[in-house]
Amino acid sequence: MLTIENLHAQVEGKQILKGIDLDVKAGEVHAIMGPNGSGKSTLSSVIAGHQDYKVNQGTMLLEGEDLADLAPEERAHKGIFLSFQYPVEIPGVSVTNFIKTAINATRKAKGLEDMPANVMLKKIREKSALLEIDSRFLSRSLNEGFSGGEKKRNEIFQLAMLEPKLSILDETDSGLDIDALKIVANGVNKLRSKDNAMIVITHYQRLLEYIVPDFVHVLFDGKIVKSGTKDLAVELEEKGYDWIKEMV
Amino acid sequence: MAYTEEELKKELETKEYEYGFYTDIDSETFPVGLNEEVVRRISQKKQEPQWMTEWRLKAYKAWKKMEEPEWANVHYNKPDYQAISYYSAPKKKDQYKSLDEVDPELLKTFEKLGISLDEQKKLAGVAVDIVMDSVSVATTFKETLAEKGIIFCSISEAIQEHPDLVQKYIGTVIPIQDNYFAALNSAVFSDGSFCYIPKGVRCPMELSTYFRINQAGTGQFERTLVIADESSYVSYLEGCTAPSRDENQLHAAVVELIALDDAEIKYSTVQNWFPGDKNGKGGVYNFVTKRGICHTNAKISWTQVETGSAVTWKYPSCILKGDHSIGEFYSIALTNNHQQADTGTKMIHLGKNTKSTIISKGISAGKSQNSYRGLVQVHPKSTNARNFSQCDSLLMGNQCGAHTFPYIEARNNTAQIEHEATTSKIGEDQIFYCNQRGIDPEKAIALVVNGFSKEVLNKLPMEFAVEAQKLLEISLEGSVG
Repeated sequence: MLTIENLHAQVEGKQILKGIDLDVKAGEVHAIMGPNGSGKSTLSSVIAGHQDYKVNQGTMLLEGEDLADLAPEERAHKGIFLSFQYPVEIPGVSVTNFIKTAINATRKAKGLEDMPANVMLKKIREKSALLEIDSRFLSRSLNEGFSGGEKKRNEIFQLAMLEPKLSILDETDSGLDIDALKIVANGVNKLRSKDNAMIVITHYQRLLEYIVPDFVHVLFDGKIVKSGTKDLAVELEEKGYDWIKEMV
Repeated sequence: MAYTEEELKKELETKEYEYGFYTDIDSETFPVGLNEEVVRRISQKKQEPQWMTEWRLKAYKAWKKMEEPEWANVHYNKPDYQAISYYSAPKKKDQYKSLDEVDPELLKTFEKLGISLDEQKKLAGVAVDIVMDSVSVATTFKETLAEKGIIFCSISEAIQEHPDLVQKYIGTVIPIQDNYFAALNSAVFSDGSFCYIPKGVRCPMELSTYFRINQAGTGQFERTLVIADESSYVSYLEGCTAPSRDENQLHAAVVELIALDDAEIKYSTVQNWFPGDKNGKGGVYNFVTKRGICHTNAKISWTQVETGSAVTWKYPSCILKGDHSIGEFYSIALTNNHQQADTGTKMIHLGKNTKSTIISKGISAGKSQNSYRGLVQVHPKSTNARNFSQCDSLLMGNQCGAHTFPYIEARNNTAQIEHEATTSKIGEDQIFYCNQRGIDPEKAIALVVNGFSKEVLNKLPMEFAVEAQKLLEISLEGSVG
């Protein structure tokens, strides 16, 4: 699904990613862990195509197609979804209106007509039930005055609605209490299938107890320094990131 | 790759004016210049009664002694008032009974404006009075309205057919010497709309006027008078466009609203005069005086979406004369490129228990300057007056400006006045967030702007709201249409 080779990227002239190799196949969940400043969020921004990040070496292929020249919205149309660590507020635009606009923009890019209102409505009901979202929530302005948990749940709701091929969950567990974490993880698990893939970026092992990854990678100073199975996450939790630092 | 703010700005600059076409209609235009003789000739052309001619002359004399105001936060080269022609009328001025009789060129114009009369008639159920270069050329739905005793016609016709009503009310809310542009309008207005809703009648449809400046070198001075008699209701819509021209065209309109006891007037405007090109050349000078008076328990609500004009100077206001009367002002003012807008409202509380609400949304892009200027005035006898004002500004890029000038004069200590103001910027993070969800930058900006303007858009009648929303998008979009 996603093949990253020798990826180097910088922001504001500062080299952050220094040669990432990652191969994510359909049906897999990969966790990327690492200490603060190791480049985790940079990696997600680079995959999504944020303009502040410049790729200066290496390639990213989505189902064989080079992402380099694609605008962020084009990457989204191809099936890349980023669940933001800090989702932005858009006052006056309801959750429903926003997701409707997003879905129809993607359909338009694929040469499809707008999704009929009744189909849209049915889908919204179904997916909001999955994430235990109140219907009143849907008419609120996007992320405005949302609690940390509501913001993250809204991100996963959008993920459910857009049905991407590759989802990147950037620190989805931050700001969530344990109940909210379970609801979000439960929702994510229901969305897992053999046709899609996920990259879960997290600082702590906690989230991985609920979203169980197939592979765990440890990112340090812009490079993946260790890869393994879910046991690696447990080991990391016990020994701390200093263990990795020493190893490198 | 993704859009930076720089690129967005560049895109915005390339936006073109959609309504920039000129209609080749044979028209009769006065030579340029203004003097007593010209005022007399306008009045004569329109076969006005003696009192009207004298009223105009009085206004002209007042205007001559006045000076063009300079207090607004706008900068422009003052028009040469002797270089303007004060009358331009399509030559074939007949009363049209059906659309077939209307000049086909004119019909084409309407089509381009997206207001095919026929469609309007059949589908929208909107009565339209169109003012093109000052003369009202077609009025629809007159008969349906007549059954209810509603008068909706051009002001010229009203002067002929209903002189008593016109004479009683014209200039009562905006006296001829009120300000420079109002005085000028009073002297030379060539047409406009008139509306009277009888006692207890609820106007069954939205009344609509479409203004358009066509002829080069003509100013448009239309005059609107709306009278809602006791316990009546009317919703009035006004839309404006103009062809693109290099020179600046002057537009100095006067709108007077009279809401008698228990009456309600809702007045909505979508103003899309030519804003000038991206270098600031051309465009309409929009110097408009709009004011309404509310008698006991009456309500006047102004809603405006201002996207056009090179320079806008406009303060739709309410005089809350009667006890328990209500004034509202909902405004979206969008400026791009070199546009300048100084707009807002005045709420004058005279009666007891009067209430006013002001919601102003200013959106600035390019190198434009957008100012809100508002006055809330509570007179000594106005006990328990209340006002709530909210002024929000949205900025795009860092070459534009947003300014707020709220004036509050409370001379009764029972008054409750609240003022809130915010300024925000469309952030690259908002755009990127939308992009990541598959929404392209143009659409993302439209989404943010529409969200920002929602409280005001919601106040517009349905079909107008859709048009206004599109207009906001067009005004900010890079590509045409």
